[in-house]
Parts: sequence; C-alpha cells; structure tokens
Amino acid sequence: MGKILTMVSQRLALGLLTLFVVSLIIFLAVQLLPGDLAQAILGQSATPETVAAFRRELKLDLPAHIRYFEWLMGILQGDLGRSLANQREIAELIGGRLLNTLFLASIAAAIAVPLAVTLGILAALYPNSLYDRVVNIVTLTSISFPEFFVAYILILFLAVDAGIFPSISNISGDIGFWEHVYRSILPALTLTLVVVAHMMRMTRAAIINLLASPYIEMANLKGLKRSRIIIRHALPNALSPIINVIVINLAYLVVGVVIVEVVFVYPGLGQLMVDSVSKRDIPVVQACSLIFAATYILLNLTADILAILSNPRLLHPR
Amino acid sequence: MAQILKLLRSSPWSARFGLAVIVFYIFIATFAPVLTPYGETDIVGSEFEPWSAEFMFGTDNLGRDMLTRLLYGARNTIGIAFVTTCLAFLIGGLSGLLAATLGGWADQALSRVVDVLMAFPPLIFALLLLTILGTSIPVLVVVIAVLDSTRVYRLARAVAMNIAVMDFVEVARLRGEGLGWIIGREVLPNSLPPLVAEFGLRFCFVFLFISALSFLGLGIQPPTADWGSMVRDNATLITYGDITPLLPAGAIALLTVGVNFVVDWFLHKTAGLRDDQ
Repeated sequence: MGKILTMVSQRLALGLLTLFVVSLIIFLAVQLLPGDLAQAILGQSATPETVAAFRRELKLDLPAHIRYFEWLMGILQGDLGRSLANQREIAELIGGRLLNTLFLASIAAAIAVPLAVTLGILAALYPNSLYDRVVNIVTLTSISFPEFFVAYILILFLAVDAGIFPSISNISGDIGFWEHVYRSILPALTLTLVVVAHMMRMTRAAIINLLASPYIEMANLKGLKRSRIIIRHALPNALSPIINVIVINLAYLVVGVVIVEVVFVYPGLGQLMVDSVSKRDIPVVQACSLIFAATYILLNLTADILAILSNPRLLHPR
Repeated sequence: MAQILKLLRSSPWSARFGLAVIVFYIFIATFAPVLTPYGETDIVGSEFEPWSAEFMFGTDNLGRDMLTRLLYGARNTIGIAFVTTCLAFLIGGLSGLLAATLGGWADQALSRVVDVLMAFPPLIFALLLLTILGTSIPVLVVVIAVLDSTRVYRLARAVAMNIAVMDFVEVARLRGEGLGWIIGREVLPNSLPPLVAEFGLRFCFVFLFISALSFLGLGIQPPTADWGSMVRDNATLITYGDITPLLPAGAIALLTVGVNFVVDWFLHKTAGLRDDQ
C-alpha cells in the first residue's frame, strides 16, 4: 500500500508542477509580442505619452516576475483581471459560460462512455465477424472526420430535414434542466460521435489483448460461454486501460468543445475564447487557456492515478 | 514495379480506395488551374447562386465559383498541411533521433520540454500563440509544426532507443564514426517504417487541425481558397437544406479517410507496430 501512496503522490506533485509551468508559459507567451502589449493594442499611430499611460494602467512598468505572481495570486482568489475589449471583469464573463461548457461536456460523456464500452465489448465478443469489420471501418472513418463536418451533417438531417432538434443552441435566461438538455443535444451528439470511435477501439483492443492469456484459455477449456468469459474474466483486468482511455477522451472532449460550440453558437467558454482570439483580447485568451489547460491536465492526471489504482499487480503486491 | 503491382493486388479494398483517393487529390492539386475556366478569387456571379451548368456547385457568399474554390482549396489546404507535417518531422524526428543516440542530459532536457508542451491541449496552445503572433501562413505553419513535432519526437525517440543499443551501432561508435553517420546511416534507416506510418497519421492530424483553425476564422486567411474557411463562409446555406457547405467539409473528410485506410494497411503489413492507436 505504501508503494501506491508514493506513486500517487509523485504523480500529484508532477501534475502540480506541470500546472505551474503551463501557467508560466501562458503568462510569458505575451512577451513574444514585438514591442509590448500596450503598443500592440494601441497600434503604430499612438503617441508615446498614451502608450506610457496605458502601460502604467496595465502595470507593464513592473518587472515580469512581479506581474506573474500578482496575476497568479489574483487567479487563485478568483480575480482574472479585466477584458481589454469591453473593460468587464473576466470572471463575470466566464462564470456562466464555464458552467454551460461543463454541462455540454457532461451530456456528451453520459452518452459516449456507455455506448463506446458496450460497442467495444461486443466487437471483442465477435472478433473478425462482419459486425467487427463494419465497426472497424466505421470508427476509422469517423475518426477522420472534422468535427464541423459531423456537426453540419447532424444539423442537415436532424434539424433541417427532420426538424426534431434546434440547429442553434439558444441557451439564455432561466430555461429548465430538460429544456437545456434538449437544446444542447445536437452539439452533445456531435462530440459523442467524435470521441466514441477511439474509446471503442481501445476497449476492443484491451479485451482482445487479454484473450490471449493462459487464464482465459483455462476458462475456455472449462467450457464457459464466451460472453461469460469476457464479462466476468477479461473485463475486470481490462478495466485499467479502459478507464485510462475514457478519461483521456474526456480531456479531449473538453478541448473539442471549442469548435462544436462555434458551430452551434452555444454560449460556452470555447466560443468566448475564439471571439477573444479574433479581437486579440489577450487577458481573456490567457484566462480561457488557463482554464482549458488546467482541466486537461487534471483529467490526464486523474487518468494516470486511476491507472495506478486499478492495476491489480500494484494493488496486490507479492 | 512488378513487386509494387503484386503488393497492390494483395491489398484490401479499403487500402486501394485510400490510394485512389490520394492520387485523385494530388492530380487535382497539380492541375487546378487547367481544370476550371475561372480564377481562384474571381467574382463571377451573384452571391449564393444555385447549382447550374455554368457554375457546377453554384457560387459562394461573395459570388465566386464554388468548384473553382474547391479545386484551388485542394492546392492550398493540402500544400500547407504537407509543408507543416514535413517541418514537424524535421524538428521532431531529428531531435528524437538525437535524444536517443546521445542519451544522458541531452535526452533528459529535450524530453522534459516535450512533456510540458504535450501537457497543453494543442488547439488551446495554438489559439494562444495565434492571438499573440497574429494569423499569417508562416506563423501558422511554424506554430503547428512545433506543437506537432512533440508527438513525432516521442515516437522517433522510442523507436530509435531500441536501435541505438544494438551491436552494429556500438561497432560504428568503436570505429569512430561521427554522430551524423550514426544517426543517418545506422539508426535512421532502421527506424523508418514506423516513422512513415506516423507521417500519414500526422498529416491527417495537421490537415484536420489547420482546417479547424480556418473554420474558426483563425487559420488560412481570405481571399486564399481553403476548405475550412469555405465551410465557415457558406455555413448559412445549411439551414435552407442546401448541401453545398458540406462539399469542402466532405473533401477534407474523404482525404483523411483515404490516408487513414492506407496507414491502417501499412501498419498491418509492417507487423502491427502500434495497433492500439
């Protein structure tokens, strides 16, 4: 047990370190600007006095390491600074949108994870059957599709032709929970289609790998049914790689949300980020990057730790 | 030649389909100006004209011929993705081979830098850098190549690690060969097959990535014809049940599917090197 604790705490420490370095990169990337932020925003025609005044307002006259720690401390206290475009508090801009994005990602995950695992187990049950080959081709194809292609196909069939779902996710004001789900179903379906293929292939591969081991052959020789062998004997041991791939795909989902939100005009964090990139509103982009990167890193860290925790060899050392 | 034909005859239909698609795209990209009467940025009609004999796929949001834009888009989108992938391989492949051959602190330093870069979600990192550096094609190519070279580095290093400890490399070292010889003549030739397969996969990834950025309006800028931005510009048509915006999106999808099928086959041929990915 002690060994596991050390391994987990090592991963945690490494994760925190990564988070710190990433926040440093996000902050320091601005130094790549030719000139500095104040000059870049005001443009060539600004007088030196205006630039100097603006520089003071942005606190650019302070050295970089002091500004970094002020920025970091502010973030830890929930103060993300102000947007350059409209002078509003960034925390205020982000708050509701972050919840919307997490909501969308959770719906997608709730559909995608059970679907992918079931399809993967079925494919492992009947390897090289027609079903398996069809699933292989279909998943390989859907991995290759750009997100917006999937999104527009869904819009064309389910929103325009069939008229079942709205093509634009208009989420504003106080709509109820189910109405929220209904209006975000098309973006959620798009995300599902994007991540299911990879999860399913990995589930299948994890189980098929195990089927070659001697204890499965033993179960076979005992005369057990194939479905029982897979579900009772192979699945528990395949759980660790499956959980790992699920969490990694959840991390991907959080990032993949950016494009899907733009297609469906879904009021989430991704859309805010893309808008701010085109407006070159650097503080907002930095805040969004930090939130996305932190979520991504934390999920990947969770995947690592779960992989350690669900490894039977580590749990029951000889 | 006879060998290649024999290999092709034994290939599954999916690989043949993939090869046909790739050849077709290369043909279009090469002969785009000959295949269409209009120029890349010529405004030839009114906005959003329907499909007709004159404009096979109608016109786009500014009245440019859709088919012409599609053909030129093949040139721009594939060309830029190809250059980016090559650059990513140059950076990632070389540093991966270097890290594996040198070992020690050089390996440690390179690997830790790559670890940090890979902890960042690529799309978010690209958005951050493009905000700061502005969107132009050279910036786009370099940013994506650097982000992608980390994945190439991982693979090149992993493959070359196994080769760098072999006896024939040791012999070359004892013979007093330089670093360039060892990497170029001993390690690289033996790590080529997985790297070739990775080139296909990376190309798909870069191609989708650039298209996604263009779709967001942050990649290849107008008036250059590009499939990602064409989807974005004409997306409104979808709500009227017109499938024209799906054409450039489908063109992207078809090429990545084709390349993936070929890579899948190649991986099976070279004995399931990374079957799980």
